[in-house]
Amino acid sequence: MRVEPDAAVGGNEPEEWFASAKKIYPMATHGTFRRIKWAILFVTLGIYYFLPFIRWDRGPNAPDQAVLIDLEGRRAYFFFIEIWPQEVYYLTGLLIVAALTLFLMNAVAGRIWCGYLCPQTVWTDLFLWVESKIEGDRRDRIALDNAPMSLSKLCKRVAKHTSWLMIAWWTGGAWVLYFSDAPTLVYELATFQAPWAAYLWIGILTTTTYLLAGFMREQVCIYMCPWPRIQAALTDEKALNVTYRWDRGEPRGPLKRNKELADQGLPAGDCIDCAQCFHVCPTGVDIRNGLQLDCIQCGLCIDACDNVMTKVGKPTGLIGYDTDENIQRRLDGKDPIYEIVRPRTVIYAVLIALVGAIMLYALLSRDFSGISAVHDRNPIFVVQNDGSIRNGYTVRLMNKRNFERSFLVNIEGLPTGTRIEAIGIDHYFEGRPYVVVGPDQTREIRVLVYSPTGAQMPSSTPITFRLTDTVMGEVTTTKGFFKAP
Amino acid sequence: MTDIHKREVDTLSGVETTGHEWDGLKELNNPLPKWWLYIFYASIVWAIGYWVAYPSWPLVSSYTAGLLGNSQRDDAMAALEAGRAARAEIGTKLIDASLTDITGTPALLDFAMANGRAAFGDNCAACHGSGGTGFVGFPNLQDDSWIWGGTLDDIHTTLKYGIRSGHPDTRSGEMPAYGRDGLLEKDQITQVANFVASRNGLETEAGVDLAAGETIYQENCAACHGEDLKGQREVGAPNLLATNFLFGKSLAAIKAQINNPRAGVMPAWEGRLDPATVKSLAVYVHSFGGGE
Repeated sequence: MRVEPDAAVGGNEPEEWFASAKKIYPMATHGTFRRIKWAILFVTLGIYYFLPFIRWDRGPNAPDQAVLIDLEGRRAYFFFIEIWPQEVYYLTGLLIVAALTLFLMNAVAGRIWCGYLCPQTVWTDLFLWVESKIEGDRRDRIALDNAPMSLSKLCKRVAKHTSWLMIAWWTGGAWVLYFSDAPTLVYELATFQAPWAAYLWIGILTTTTYLLAGFMREQVCIYMCPWPRIQAALTDEKALNVTYRWDRGEPRGPLKRNKELADQGLPAGDCIDCAQCFHVCPTGVDIRNGLQLDCIQCGLCIDACDNVMTKVGKPTGLIGYDTDENIQRRLDGKDPIYEIVRPRTVIYAVLIALVGAIMLYALLSRDFSGISAVHDRNPIFVVQNDGSIRNGYTVRLMNKRNFERSFLVNIEGLPTGTRIEAIGIDHYFEGRPYVVVGPDQTREIRVLVYSPTGAQMPSSTPITFRLTDTVMGEVTTTKGFFKAP
Repeated sequence: MTDIHKREVDTLSGVETTGHEWDGLKELNNPLPKWWLYIFYASIVWAIGYWVAYPSWPLVSSYTAGLLGNSQRDDAMAALEAGRAARAEIGTKLIDASLTDITGTPALLDFAMANGRAAFGDNCAACHGSGGTGFVGFPNLQDDSWIWGGTLDDIHTTLKYGIRSGHPDTRSGEMPAYGRDGLLEKDQITQVANFVASRNGLETEAGVDLAAGETIYQENCAACHGEDLKGQREVGAPNLLATNFLFGKSLAAIKAQINNPRAGVMPAWEGRLDPATVKSLAVYVHSFGGGE
């Protein structure tokens, strides 16, 4: 079938049909929210870059780095907490708390995570600052981009990309310090003796930081990040969002004209249409179009607008953290209300407290020893010449203290006369193997259990392995089975 | 066809067309991004460099070796050698240590167990089973019936020299073929077999004179298997009251064994495996739990 050209074209305008991303040149601004953003940038990046250098004395057998993920030794250290691979479920708890905190932030003030705390925002902010220091503010940068290549342009470009790469490289460098003793690794890196994985990860993080914070910027937030989509489904009309108070601002117009309109008693808003709010926006949003997916709620447009309002002698707060509900209330002649405490926020806060309490309890009440027992699969049991039945187990004992400890291994649930034997263990106390486990180590032993001669054993008997610390009396147990014909 | 020199721009998208048109549909000219092309060209250059540097082209009887002389086989052999070197130190310790020293030292025991487990899977499991439980004709290493002894030293000796292996120091025991060689009458074999079966609690044939069987046993079998049927390890005569019989625990199997005895062969592992591995195997097999 032949499609007629007219039928195929339709009525769409080209710009609605397709538009490639436009480059955004955020202008520098100053004010309350800018100061908050600088403070958060200093604190978060300060922690990230310098935390690995903090020392923490854990005694002779453990590393003395406060925060260390020791992949080789299969341990993670966070100040006074030491996590073994078996305890990775704490990570689950942390992730749940992180998710709930994000929801709580969202219920209180929309996407403040995006605007202030998200690494993408923080590094982009830093990169933008570097860019504006070298190439100048918005107007200079636009001019520079449009200018033909010259020595001065080349110098600025080289300086900018070198600075960006240095920051990116430092970001990757700090990352690897969390996985090895920081001062040692710094020395090894400098003398090219570090493991190849360290260089690889520095390379990966240098590249991603350089690309994401230098080039992709707001496109990460708009096209790559799932949070704006999820966030939109989780928010409500009572959440504080960066809001253009159009009830006060509209109809917008030049200052002089609007003054004249007001003098004649015609409707005139406070917005003077100066475009400062979207010139400072790092994602290129015109906040006057209302809340939208691209807005990361950083509040820089509030600062820009407040500065302009102060200059033209009008009250600040034409753009501010407000709720959809309040605009409607003001139009209806009611006072605005701010309900931070409401069922949604209370539930999130209670859940965070609950998960936190559970994690804290688990952490404080956790055992410093452990036992696991794996029953032999082949053979499941062996009948001895005297008629007794033997089961074999691979038993692993854990000592999570940083000193040597001795344990007694006992088995409960079998008839009296049951005999326990452990390969390689010479010492027994009342028939129970006496096992020494080194500091912060595990030890695997093979345990053989003999049923008493003549005992009629069911095909499967549930048993309990009990590990008792001979000095401190700490007891840990694990379940198992004794199999018979 | 559109004039090749005339650029036609699509009104909807603002993109130049290629000039190709099918059924009124025009192809837009959206070339590949430059970075993509540059990576593609770089890959081509890389591939050429790779041909030169590494083995690449198959020839009739050989292949192009490449300038770097790289060989994965050599790499693998070097890795094997490195592994051997890494184990050499603890291997020497294993050779120097006595068998009981090994079981008493956790570091040596761990190494011997791991080494023994691997060697058992490669060399022993084919006959004795991966769990060491054996099959008919191949002894169960997990139970406590031992034909030649189950101490660490006994197991080590068996491993080293084998059984009927042809090694000068091999363990060797021979049972006469009472039926095939006509040493006993058929009735006598039935009687003695029923006697052994009765002592093991197996069902016996009706009307067989067990007392006669016992007499035959004491005259012919007790010299090796003992008056009490408990066997004699010096000659490798199995305990006839054990839970498991090597060639099957049934009256028919006992008869077959008296009539025309089978005798298994185990190779001598000395010379086939290095001394450290043989020791590791002894420790590993002993750890099965049937060891004495």
